Amino acid sequence: MWRDALLVAGKDLRLEWRSRVALNQVVPFAMLVLIVFAFALDPDRGVLERATPGLYWVAVLFSGLLALQRSFTIEAVDGNRDSLRLSGLDPAGIFLGKAMAVGVQLLVLEVLLGIGVALLYTTQFRGWALLVATVVVATAGIAAAGTLYGVLAAGLRVRETLLPLLLLPVLAPVLIGSTRAFEAALADAPADGWPWIGLLAVFAVLYTVAGVLGFGPLLEES
Amino acid sequence: MEPSHHPEPAGSSSGTGGRPPEPPVVHLRRAVALLGDFPALAGADLDVGRGEIVLLRGANGAGKTTVLRTLAGLVRVSEGEATVLGVDLVTDRNAVRHRVGLLGHGTGLYEELTVADNVRFWARACRARPEDADAAMARLGVDGRLRNVAVGRLSTGQRRRTSLACLVARRPELWLLDEPHAGLDQEGRDVVDSLVRDATAAGATVVMSSHELDRALSLADVVVTVAGGTTRREQPGPVVVPMIGDPQEAPDVA
Repeated sequence: MWRDALLVAGKDLRLEWRSRVALNQVVPFAMLVLIVFAFALDPDRGVLERATPGLYWVAVLFSGLLALQRSFTIEAVDGNRDSLRLSGLDPAGIFLGKAMAVGVQLLVLEVLLGIGVALLYTTQFRGWALLVATVVVATAGIAAAGTLYGVLAAGLRVRETLLPLLLLPVLAPVLIGSTRAFEAALADAPADGWPWIGLLAVFAVLYTVAGVLGFGPLLEES
Repeated sequence: MEPSHHPEPAGSSSGTGGRPPEPPVVHLRRAVALLGDFPALAGADLDVGRGEIVLLRGANGAGKTTVLRTLAGLVRVSEGEATVLGVDLVTDRNAVRHRVGLLGHGTGLYEELTVADNVRFWARACRARPEDADAAMARLGVDGRLRNVAVGRLSTGQRRRTSLACLVARRPELWLLDEPHAGLDQEGRDVVDSLVRDATAAGATVVMSSHELDRALSLADVVVTVAGGTTRREQPGPVVVPMIGDPQEAPDVA
């Protein structure tokens, strides 16, 4: 399973490296979201400062949707999904590989967005351990849930519009948990943030297990 | 599966020298496969012996592609018997997939990846060796300067060759070729023919459909006519050109 996961993750990351879709489209989109919020809330820097954790994770979620859609669009064309089904690759390995590739892209995006937040919103980062833990477990949850729902919508003609409709409500706990944990870290009160890490970890584990078990049947039906 | 019920496949290399006949590589009996509510296979019968080359012919929409996809384990058999390479497709169609190679209408290639990336990925996916991928690219003529070209920049024929290289690298036991000559130049079509002959000489079995009727008939040991989701096995023979205005007799092998 892990061999197949690494093979699929390597393929997806190589595809991204060659196509530069995330770099040329997803990252600029995420930065634009930050800039739009900065303009909208600029008259009152206090509001902007308080809203920074939420704005950051909203930008991550919206941008992550684009990366997830891209991850399944490449499999939806020219018989690639049939080739995957015939490949002999373990469906659980395909799920983990695609989730890993999305996760790596999200991590890069989150670092760039963090730099953007520091520059545009003049945010002073504190509580690094909590920040890093939040980023890691929230990313794992988004990637796992997004990959599971991505294959669910993959075979449908309306997948581009259906995926956000399916996924955004599901990711609401991640948005709430990661925002609260970031607020705690930035307020230099990490003790208030760690319980949210627990919630995010449970979410990530649940969707990873669901994906490992359910990706195969969903790939068949997609 | 009951081997005693199967006729000896024409052109089969099995069952010689007093040995008990090998079970067929493909065995369909009254197989029904639904695409939605539509019975794409409506009681198909088919037996293919090891090493045989079988040509499926029939009008557009007759069910040739569905037969090939069913044999690949991609379409569920809802009624009847269906066994491929000893695997019962009714109960576990996943188990046969890594042992077959399907060349379908799609290329199965990632456009942003190079030829070498694609062939090596699909070869590694089915546990083939890297040298198998390199040998397949050389055999299909997509090595050299082409190996590092993104598939999206290739011509239709070069993409088809790359798809075939992916299939060759897998070393499948059963080759399922849906219009393998389509989009290829003369040299490419010759390569396809030699690949098919070499594959069967090495013990593989081939089921194919092709618009290139002359080529396909010269390759085939057996011709199976597909019509209305059912099958009828024939011996290969000369192409009968229908009279104009008689669409029922059109030699359409799509």
